[in-house]
Amino acid sequence: MDRLKIIKKNIMEKKTTILNLTEEEFVHSGNRACSGCGLSIIYRMGLKALGKNTILVVPPSCLTVLQGLYPVASTKLPCVNVTFASTGAAATGVRGAMKALKKENVNVVAWAGDGGTGDIGIQALSGACERGEDIIYICYDNEAYMNTGVQRSGTTPQGVLTTTTPIKGKLQEKKDVPAIIAAHGIGYVATASAAYPLDFYDKVKKAMTISGPRYIHVHTPCPPGWSFDTRFTIKVGKLAVKSGLFDLYEIEDGEFQLTGESKRLVGKEKPPVTDYFNSQGRFKSLDAELVKKVQERVDAKWAKY
Amino acid sequence: MKTEEFCKMISRSKPGPGDGGNTGSWRVLRPVINLELCIPVKMNKKACFNCWLYCPDSVVSKTIPPVINFDYCKGCGICAEECPVDAISMVDEATPMEEEK
Amino acid sequence: MHIIESGNVAAATGVKLSRAQVIAAYPITPQTPLTEKLSEFVESEEFDAQYIPVESEHSAMAVCIAASTAGARAFTATSANGLLYMSEQLHWAVGARLPLVMCVANRGIGAPWTVWNDQQDTMSQRDAGWIQIYANDHQQIIDSVIKAFLLAQTVSIPVMVCYDGYILSHTYMPFEQPDQDQVDSFLPPFAPKNFLDPENPGNFNPVTLPDVRPGVDGEIEPGYIEIRHNLHEDLRTTLDTYAAIDKEFEEQFGRGGNPLIEQYKCVDADFVAVCIGSLSYQLRDVIDLMRDDGVKIGVMSVQMYRPFPDEVIVAALADKKCAIVLEKALSYGNQGALYGDIKSALYNSDTKPHVHNYILGLGGREIKTQHLLDALTESCKSPETIGDTPRWIGLKL
Repeated sequence: MDRLKIIKKNIMEKKTTILNLTEEEFVHSGNRACSGCGLSIIYRMGLKALGKNTILVVPPSCLTVLQGLYPVASTKLPCVNVTFASTGAAATGVRGAMKALKKENVNVVAWAGDGGTGDIGIQALSGACERGEDIIYICYDNEAYMNTGVQRSGTTPQGVLTTTTPIKGKLQEKKDVPAIIAAHGIGYVATASAAYPLDFYDKVKKAMTISGPRYIHVHTPCPPGWSFDTRFTIKVGKLAVKSGLFDLYEIEDGEFQLTGESKRLVGKEKPPVTDYFNSQGRFKSLDAELVKKVQERVDAKWAKY
Repeated sequence: MKTEEFCKMISRSKPGPGDGGNTGSWRVLRPVINLELCIPVKMNKKACFNCWLYCPDSVVSKTIPPVINFDYCKGCGICAEECPVDAISMVDEATPMEEEK
Repeated sequence: MHIIESGNVAAATGVKLSRAQVIAAYPITPQTPLTEKLSEFVESEEFDAQYIPVESEHSAMAVCIAASTAGARAFTATSANGLLYMSEQLHWAVGARLPLVMCVANRGIGAPWTVWNDQQDTMSQRDAGWIQIYANDHQQIIDSVIKAFLLAQTVSIPVMVCYDGYILSHTYMPFEQPDQDQVDSFLPPFAPKNFLDPENPGNFNPVTLPDVRPGVDGEIEPGYIEIRHNLHEDLRTTLDTYAAIDKEFEEQFGRGGNPLIEQYKCVDADFVAVCIGSLSYQLRDVIDLMRDDGVKIGVMSVQMYRPFPDEVIVAALADKKCAIVLEKALSYGNQGALYGDIKSALYNSDTKPHVHNYILGLGGREIKTQHLLDALTESCKSPETIGDTPRWIGLKL
């Protein structure tokens, strides 16, 4: 490892703590996000990390609602709302303009939901990754189309009840979007969770030190969509990680490594996935056979770590 | 033919608080901090601040003691759930606030 | 400089002279040589622009929308299904009031696939709110592109410059290429009042309410309907604005004078053949033949189709015996869109001509001079008896 890389690594490994986390806020209180919203937590953290010199690109999603109805904006950063399928391309356009106007020092950040990223937005995002656009793309994954009333998405896990899988639960497995993005060979892919906001903050900070396309996929609990009490947003998010269902990792220059809580879990006994399933109403139609299958999949995955 | 004569209306919002109105009115339960248990208060130094970190609506201050902005607190209860010493309890919104008593 | 080039290269040259800053495009026949030329200009460093080879037309327009919101002059080009694939984005660009310019090499729409020319693609997008300018030849293509950039940024409404696929896009014609200095003095840099600015943050295109609402400073701000009404009013004013821009262009470059409609031998005419695009030149030959036989007929091409120059068209047609509208597109199940618009414009006129409608050339079907001659002759012979149903020219089965 060359000197620069070591220095960079040392700087990065100084983890942010609650005490040294900036008090500056970029999201106004009194916005329209639901009570206990996981997105609100990570949006607040992400914007703290990104800071003032940032331009946001946002497709339709809960974030559109959080950001406020005309003429009031709940975000203190410039933002362009774009059509659902176009986020990756629109971020490309902002970066293109920054290059043309010689304003190189701006973070261009796309922030979209899981449906807007892995379903309708995947083509534009894939194009941006392939072209090597200098953008940060953050996907908050609340595992369904929440803004329209909890319809299934490609990233809804198997067995989950949604308004379009109302009786049997979703039949198919969750689409692995970060793996698809990583297959483009971009410099930085990471996962994070709303339950570990400082870990997410540090990943955004790290992404800002890298150029080219950077992708962060954030597991984001949603109280109304997942049917749990608003006070448990962090608890539910942590259970997803601790049970080994959602893993925190980074893929930097093609090198995969577990991070944070997931790294600490290697070789340790984990709570069963049923603890996570029982914490929410959306899993209540799961049968024992599927639960067993999911547990086996998790165990097999962790056996490789 | 002046540019200023055109496009007098454009959908560009300006930043400001309270787009959702007084979201404090959404509350069913209200967080109340027991200052005798609260870590930064007890230690009289900057510490813990889990309530500040996890608050989705940035309505808790990073101060000693932490202060909650009830104009906008939606009453989710995350602060109460994440407080490591159970210093925050969620009380029925119908009970009068301290200053109302 | 006098050069001989294809219509697509005329368009590309106009874009370069206009100093577009961000260009995004996806290849589709017959637009491709235009984007190839632009990428060549950029790669050879002859032209300082960001050329972004996107993965779809939807993304091409997304790039332009975002780049323009960020304050850059943006351009794209497409044809047919590519235009339809960006349809959602077309509406978005208008509502966001972005001064984009897009060239469309007109082509028929599938299914079944056709790569050849008609005008169904752009006509189908007439209600999006884009300004539509149609060029009849290569000179008009390059001049219209330059004028379009000035118009777009003056009125904050995007402009489509449309020209017939193959007939204009791929044929070679001589045209005058303006000097860069001249274009620079005609077209000032794009310097928007509102743009994505970390120093002055704003949230562009948020959800807008049905009603007005006070802003953070207490002022009442518009609802959706006011914003859209403002767009419509600005589009109506655009007719005069474009005429003024054309006049300015004419003073500087010595070309122009027919910004909204172009007329050929119409002054003393009893009959006027009306069309859009390159067909107007073919019609001039036909009309000359008919004039030789003593028929007082002229040709009028509609240069700006949206906003619709209704007053100018009424003034040009109201005292004629018959207007014969020939179209390479139609509103299926009804009639030609231009025909409908012209009839509607004439409705309140004290005098009005009979109006006939012919549909022709769809999917590139060859338009034969003899067919045009036959149709126009018939219309001129019996203006009263030809009914409201569109008549088709050149059908073989």
